[in-house]
Amino acid sequence: MTHSDILANHQAREDHNTHTASPRKRTLRIALAGQPNVGKSTVFNMLTGLNQHVGNWPGKTIEQKIGTIHLPDAEITLIDLPGTYSLTANSPEERIARDYIIREQPDVVIVIVNATALERNLYLVAELLQLPVPIVVGLNMLDVAEQNEMHIEPHVLEAALRIPVIPLVATRNQGVRELLDTARQIAEHPETFNPSRPAIRGPHSEVVHQVQTMIAPYVPPPYPEDWAAIKLMEGDSEVTEIIKAATPPEVWHQIDTILRAHEDAFLDIVGGRYAWVERMTRAAVIRPSKGPITLTDQIDRIATHPLWGLVVLSGVFGLIFWATYTIASPIQAWLDGELVQPLAMTAGAILAGAPAWITGLITKGLIGGVGTVLTFLPILIIFFAMLGLLEDIGYLARAAYVMDRFMHLMGLHGKSFLPLFLGFGCNVPAVMGTRIIEDPGTRLLTILLAPLVPCSARLAVIAFLAPAFFGRYAAIATWGLVTLNLIVLALLGVTLHHLGHVTSHSAFIMELPLYHVPNGRTIGMFVWHNTMAFIRKAGTIILVFSILIWLLSALPPGDVGQSVLARLGRALVPIGQLMGWNDWRLITALLSSFVAKENTIATLGILYHSASEGMDLAQRVATALTPASALAFLVVQMLFIPCVATMAVIRQETGSWKWSSISIALLLFIALVGGIITYQAAVLIGLGG
Amino acid sequence: MTHDATFNTARIVDLASLPTGTKGIIYAINGGRRFISRLTTMGFTTGTGIMMMQNYGHGPVIVLVRGTRMALGRGEARRILVSV
Repeated sequence: MTHSDILANHQAREDHNTHTASPRKRTLRIALAGQPNVGKSTVFNMLTGLNQHVGNWPGKTIEQKIGTIHLPDAEITLIDLPGTYSLTANSPEERIARDYIIREQPDVVIVIVNATALERNLYLVAELLQLPVPIVVGLNMLDVAEQNEMHIEPHVLEAALRIPVIPLVATRNQGVRELLDTARQIAEHPETFNPSRPAIRGPHSEVVHQVQTMIAPYVPPPYPEDWAAIKLMEGDSEVTEIIKAATPPEVWHQIDTILRAHEDAFLDIVGGRYAWVERMTRAAVIRPSKGPITLTDQIDRIATHPLWGLVVLSGVFGLIFWATYTIASPIQAWLDGELVQPLAMTAGAILAGAPAWITGLITKGLIGGVGTVLTFLPILIIFFAMLGLLEDIGYLARAAYVMDRFMHLMGLHGKSFLPLFLGFGCNVPAVMGTRIIEDPGTRLLTILLAPLVPCSARLAVIAFLAPAFFGRYAAIATWGLVTLNLIVLALLGVTLHHLGHVTSHSAFIMELPLYHVPNGRTIGMFVWHNTMAFIRKAGTIILVFSILIWLLSALPPGDVGQSVLARLGRALVPIGQLMGWNDWRLITALLSSFVAKENTIATLGILYHSASEGMDLAQRVATALTPASALAFLVVQMLFIPCVATMAVIRQETGSWKWSSISIALLLFIALVGGIITYQAAVLIGLGG
Repeated sequence: MTHDATFNTARIVDLASLPTGTKGIIYAINGGRRFISRLTTMGFTTGTGIMMMQNYGHGPVIVLVRGTRMALGRGEARRILVSV
């Protein structure tokens, strides 16, 4: 497709837009592209505020964010494309980004580039320029560049690229408005878009031309012929499939012969784009003369040191937990005391005349479920805020780097550490967070390991029961239980890795962004986004299952000891006895933790309600158990199958019932074996009495 | 993949053996097409200058390429050849 075709195409859509939109309001579709670590989400949030719809790209587990901007004279739909380093077919993100541009043909693409890594960022611009769409560049993080003594002249860059370049400091909302205005201008007058475009270097440029001529009659629309030819030469798997299917076999045979003879062409193509980038940036960038000894390098001498890096990491780790529990616990208690309990009482009073089952369903099932979700929120919000802060200043990538050598033992690498770490807050975002891992095998292994990270709900159960069970040894018992989980996680990782069915080696290549001053708004959006995702995914599931479990405990009406749930618990007593539990109530409590881990406490509360008065719940449970069976109970509680919300996301992220079932079976087995070994060992050393 | 230029006096070593603070020029990358493609699109093209920022002789390394700090696993670094 030639340049004039591109313009004609745009003109056609332009007319179409004018035609369908109301006489005064134009509708425009703008796509937002950029590499990771460029502040793209900040720009997206600044432009759309909370007018965003978060979902998944069709058929993929990759997040899709679409926002709307209402202007007096225009309706703009802003599509946030996945962050990608290039537009090859190497990852699903890259396919989504380019498929959207080729198939959906947005009116204009805004590319956000990071001023501190300009060359590598403009590589994506070089790739986008080979697609038939006008582009506007947002040159972001100029403040960070200045802090690092890099000086960039946006207008010089603009003159070289012949693309509008808008200087931005998105975190301070500087330049964002101008960026949108410029994008609109280009969208409305695409004929003014006449950029410099990268050429293919070396002897391969003629071959590309030859291939283009051969495929020209067969390239299915809307794929541009010249782009398809370049991608064939680059060995792009997806484009190769498409062209192969569209051309007659004898023609494909000829093309294939040419491609095989020029298998190294993609180096020339990539090299040509980078040569173009170097030409474009030569006059626009003034680098520090002293060489790159920056604040980042000074901090990294400690933060990424093999020993000191671990010290820093465990310090940061400790600080997060300290802050999360010191701040969140009082808020949790307040929410429960001031909101959930009065709500249940009010509902009970209003429903005084209603049948008992309706009152029970609403006060215990519904409000109880809401309460569970609500009490998670303070912990999660604070945990996410701390994590967002670390992410924004640039530390998280260092944590992954420091952990890389240990993750290798499990056949994983540093990147897997980040979602697993997230698991301490909640396993749901941990499983979803594995999306950052490119290799499917590595990702699957990380997903299988994630439920073994003790989440805040399980830690809350331990914190509640341990003091009554172990007295002054509570702290050391808690520490031991958490350590046990991590050891089991490591052992399972090593085992699965050596079985070799789950993992395949993937490369650890990760950008370490420059450290910079955190931005409250960016962190706020991070917290908002993750918390909403939790409420949508986990919240609704927990609510539904809370009601279900309540029904099981209330049917048939009358004595809770005769309910379906109690019968289920009794049926499992023979297994429980292996761990010293003769009491069906413990087993029932454990079963209910499938809904949400901290339901263990709520269920124990109901079942031990009538027992000896004057003792608090934890003590009442403690008196019913020997130290050995109490320890086994906590071990099983920590290792038990993932909660239903985690199960649901495992099913969603792996797209397979098989792996979800394997995950349940594996953890059930580990928990039972762990519980039995713990009990028997504890009896042996004399804790059985 | 190899860089076309000839280095009569240059020594070719793998990136993992480059000491902290030293510079080299990327000469070749060994590995599958996907691995090479990922590295090259991230700026590791042949003929590009590269500086070792951190190498303790074990574990991952940090390099500076095209003005960006990149962490690489040790195995990945061994597959990149540089001329020094």
